[in-house]
Amino acid sequence: MNLAVAAQIISFLAALVLLSAFGMLVQRRMYGLIHLFAWQGLFLSISTAVVGFVAGKHHLYISSVLTLSLKVVLLPYILHVLIQRLKIQKEVETVVNVPMTMLIGIALVIFSYHLTAPVREISTLVTRSVLAIALATVMIGLLMMITRRHAVTQIIGFLAMENGLFFAATSATYGMPLVVELGVALDVLIAAFIFGIFFFHIHTTFDSLDVEQMARLKEGD
Amino acid sequence: MMLLILLGIPLFAAVVLAFVGDRKYAAEINILGSALNFAAGLGLAFQVYLEGPSLAAGKFFFVDAFNVYLAVLTSFVSMTTAVFSRRYMRREREHGRVGHMGMRFYHAMFQVFIFAMLLCLLTNNVGVLWIAMELATLSTVLLVSLYRTPTAIEAAWKYFILCGVGIAQALFGTVLLYFAAEKVLGEGGEALLWTNLSLVSDKLEPTVLSLAFVFLMVGYGTKVGLVPLHNWLPDAHSEGPTPISAVLSGLLLNVALYALVRCKVLVDGSTGTHHAGDIMMGFGLLSILVAAFSLLRQKDIKRMFSYSSIEHMGIATFAFGLGGPIATFGGLLHMLVHSLAKSSIFFTVGHASQMHRTQEMDRIKGLIKGNPLVGWGLMFGVMAIVGMPPFGVFTSEFLILTATMKDAPLLTPFLLLGLAVAFAALFRKVQPMVSGDVPSYQKPMTVANLPVLLHMALVLIIGVYMPHFLNQWFHTAVELLK
Repeated sequence: MNLAVAAQIISFLAALVLLSAFGMLVQRRMYGLIHLFAWQGLFLSISTAVVGFVAGKHHLYISSVLTLSLKVVLLPYILHVLIQRLKIQKEVETVVNVPMTMLIGIALVIFSYHLTAPVREISTLVTRSVLAIALATVMIGLLMMITRRHAVTQIIGFLAMENGLFFAATSATYGMPLVVELGVALDVLIAAFIFGIFFFHIHTTFDSLDVEQMARLKEGD
Repeated sequence: MMLLILLGIPLFAAVVLAFVGDRKYAAEINILGSALNFAAGLGLAFQVYLEGPSLAAGKFFFVDAFNVYLAVLTSFVSMTTAVFSRRYMRREREHGRVGHMGMRFYHAMFQVFIFAMLLCLLTNNVGVLWIAMELATLSTVLLVSLYRTPTAIEAAWKYFILCGVGIAQALFGTVLLYFAAEKVLGEGGEALLWTNLSLVSDKLEPTVLSLAFVFLMVGYGTKVGLVPLHNWLPDAHSEGPTPISAVLSGLLLNVALYALVRCKVLVDGSTGTHHAGDIMMGFGLLSILVAAFSLLRQKDIKRMFSYSSIEHMGIATFAFGLGGPIATFGGLLHMLVHSLAKSSIFFTVGHASQMHRTQEMDRIKGLIKGNPLVGWGLMFGVMAIVGMPPFGVFTSEFLILTATMKDAPLLTPFLLLGLAVAFAALFRKVQPMVSGDVPSYQKPMTVANLPVLLHMALVLIIGVYMPHFLNQWFHTAVELLK
């Protein structure tokens, strides 16, 4: 595979990652959201493997398999089980204002391109244009956490942010050192167990996973 | 070698405590583990004092004048907190606020938390530093929600989400840092080692590093609790068990600031300007002012002292941002004395709120008559924390103020205003609690004397006479952070 082809494949996958991020921003149904998240993980995993192949960095294959098992299989599975146990699959939540969120999302993409412009210029990697998309994915994950007021969607936003960060690590630098990647994966795994426990706690305490209800701690009362 | 022992003990203790669970001697094992850990910390300090900085396990861990005192401080405060928590948590157990599994979880996670903080301080790898910081957050999230009350769960959720988001920004900053570093140092693990990076920081690409610093500042700044990223802090500190508030406030904030300062050194070396310092000064000053005015309207005692922590972390951040030998020295000293004084205050606050079965300040009264150690301990703790001489906080704040007058005279009034408002607010609130008669609902109780006395004695000694070895470390650290 020559470099030009590889660069195009990676750009295509980057576009798909961004597309799935936007999809998550507007998806109302819980299962749909989890499927989109799994798709995003899959694109990420493939693009990591392609980068590893082109650059001859074999440790990226490990990261790719790690992403595949963690973000495409394990985390969506855990979320599925949790949603079934807590019986919240039908809970269609209201998104504040879809067109507005989309517009903000687009603005964030432009902002990301602007912000990473100096980095892009000095980069010599095949993957250099991808850094902006990675940052945009992080920002959109953040936006999702702000606009959605449900514990599960907040967590998916959080994990989507993590995807964006991982994308940045592989695209901007051909992967961080392996010890760091393993550590980050471990942290994500621990976080997954913690939010699993949390869902049960919130559900039993507040009778719902709507974060709006958690507003007792305020200043001056 | 000592370094690996220091890291190994809490990890081992965590495993042991997870198995011991809620048996009779769990709290004693917790104390024993922390005491051994402190002994190892002293051993490490001695080694650094005699032989200077060193590396361990290849180049994976390192110790120098900057992180050694924080590591010893971490092991010391965790030991005294373990002593304090023995009685405190037993009483909470009797009151039925925490159950069987809760106690098992509490002891094991306490040690994991100590391990995570020590790993943060001692690792040489900037990436592992991030991982350890995240681990420190994750290990305390479920401790904050230990009581399972609606407010505790809300606070823990906020802590989890806000710190998770914040720390994700720091990871992006670390990726950018690695991006710049691999161009100079080549690919692989070597390019993230702090000892390598600090040698070549002037060759790192300045545009990338200044962008990286923005992300690192937001990320680690969230964990330091700087305004406007501080929202999680008062909630997490006021809703969790008091021993956890003490270590969160006294230790975790320090460790986060440590990470930020390490990154700042690299950025300064690369850009050769004062931009990173300016950003830190801005965040620091804003934290001081907002926190000082928030102190005025607090009703919950633990919440009030968590705002005081924000204020003090603001002062230290401001000092490191200002730079220069005097301010940096003051910042280093401030981290030390604030940690000692604040955890001591949380010990007395924990006792006071248990005696009254409430955290509301209006209902806490007559502490000196009810229990002299708690009353005077709180009084002297507050005197120390607001910066009255002869306590150590006075020395550090005086140094920082002097440096501000010299290098940034226009900011002096704001700094003074913040300090004065905090002073007035804390005294006005604490006075009615310690003085007066004992109310009928106050319950007498035996308290752990040693932690409070030890901490206050140390703050006093450091204020009056700075030991030679500490002085030497601070001077070396000032050189390192230039």
